[in-house]
Amino acid sequence: MSDQSLELKGSLFPLSVLSCADLSVSSLSQQLRQKLAQAPAFFYQAPIILNLADVQQAPDFHAIKQLFTELKLVLVGVCGASSELKQQAQQAGLAALQLAKDSKTAVTASSNTRQTAVVTSTVNVPMDSKIIEQTVRSGQQVYAKGADLIVKGTVGAGAEVIADGNIHIYGTLRGKAIAGAGGDSTKRIFCYNLQAELVSIAGNYWLSDSLQGDFWGKPACIKLQDDQLVLAELA
Amino acid sequence: MAKIIVVTSGKGGVGKTTSSAAIGTGLALKGKKTVIIDFDIGLRNLDLIMGCERRVVYDFVNVINGEANLKQTLIKDKRIENLFILPASQTRDKDALTKEGVERVLNELAKDFDFILCDSPAGIEAGAMMALYFADEAVVVTNPEVSSVRDSDRILGMLASKSRRAEQGLDAIKEHLLLTRYNPERVEKGEMLSVEDVKEILSIDLLGVIPESQAVLNASNSGQPVILDKDSDAGQAYLDTVDRLLGEKVPFRFLTVEKKGLLKRIFGG
Ligand SMILES: Nc1ncnc2c1ncn2[C@@H]1O[C@H](COP(=O)(O)OP(=O)(O)OP(=O)(O)O)[C@@H](O)[C@H]1O
Ligand SMILES: [Mg+2]
Repeated sequence: MSDQSLELKGSLFPLSVLSCADLSVSSLSQQLRQKLAQAPAFFYQAPIILNLADVQQAPDFHAIKQLFTELKLVLVGVCGASSELKQQAQQAGLAALQLAKDSKTAVTASSNTRQTAVVTSTVNVPMDSKIIEQTVRSGQQVYAKGADLIVKGTVGAGAEVIADGNIHIYGTLRGKAIAGAGGDSTKRIFCYNLQAELVSIAGNYWLSDSLQGDFWGKPACIKLQDDQLVLAELA
Repeated sequence: MAKIIVVTSGKGGVGKTTSSAAIGTGLALKGKKTVIIDFDIGLRNLDLIMGCERRVVYDFVNVINGEANLKQTLIKDKRIENLFILPASQTRDKDALTKEGVERVLNELAKDFDFILCDSPAGIEAGAMMALYFADEAVVVTNPEVSSVRDSDRILGMLASKSRRAEQGLDAIKEHLLLTRYNPERVEKGEMLSVEDVKEILSIDLLGVIPESQAVLNASNSGQPVILDKDSDAGQAYLDTVDRLLGEKVPFRFLTVEKKGLLKRIFGG
């Protein structure tokens, strides 16, 4: 057997993080059931990380694992754990992960109230770019969800390319390009030849009329600066 | 194995049927056993342009419905060896074509023929989708004007996503651009897009450029595919086109305004 049958590669995945001030099984069970009832399909067999940042006393990891299985959730690990908690979690067969600094932190129950809350939030893990090898033709729409979009060919008039991330077009942009579709205003559009019907970043858009001028028919980069779209040379 | 070629455009009236008749005839002239199928159910145009309208007994829909077999239905061209027409029905509605039925007929034809040419109806609805679904190659007929180019772009998108080859993840359909009704004078005046403009916008290989020509009108009035009018500009341009389709390298003609000589200027022409 050659070594090639086994491959170990690093990858990034979006995971849900569960934060809850009270990790006793009874309380967790009740609150999770309530949460799941709102969107059972969404969380079905969802991989979940338990946030232990605000937890001092070790919860019963085995019991929690069992509860998750009952509720058709998959507990894969913990994050934010002290070294002592980390060790216990690992003994229970859970992975100890580090919470990325820029992740949107969950709204946890504040410590000065008695009320507890279960809140899940998705950690923003960067995803692969979506690459389109050919030309995007009139009438076609391409959406790179949570990712950058790279188009090797041209985006034809009447075609639409949309990305939550940046958009790179190595051919001519004749159609519409919408970057930062999820609202991220730091995203940009790059194209090799600008003849767009519309460009938009985080909801701010320009029609082709506003794009005429120095950069029309030329390589260009479009970004958002103080809520204004700005055109710049691609250099 | 037969090659299935769809002649398509999106936009109507750009020269699909004219081109199907000319290219089909040209392939047969080159010794390739060729059948041209009229997918324009309800309109029937191909048999007129081929001059065999009075010989239509059964049609494509009859074959699909099992009311007639291919042998009874195919019309053999009287002028050229190796050339057959599968006419469309004028009386049925467009939904008469089913994917299974079309596939069965194409498979049967494929055993016998070198080339199967599918003359597509205009638009991007079911009929046009059916004509392109099983294609190996596509001749995208385009006039040098913005709306035709836009529709061709649209059809190219369909070829790349809605065809059998796309759905089954096979090699993509081979796409060819056929620019028809090209008028160099109007291009020079800036009233029409140039060959280069269209090529740049669509970014596919150029198969041929057919000039706007009186010969095409004469041909269709007399039920003779224009490619048989070998002295005409359009006839010659289609002959070149067929050579290129068969893999030959042929220089493009009729792209520039012909300078009229002194005699022609005096006597007209
Ligand atoms: N090169 C040409 N020069 C002059 N007239 C042409 C040329 N090509 C086509 N025509 C004319 O344009 C008209 C439409 O041509 P044709 O029927 O081949 O188009 P089509 O694309 O098949 O149309 P439809 O979409 O209705 O099926 C006809 O009158 C035909 O004679
Ligand atoms: Mg036609």
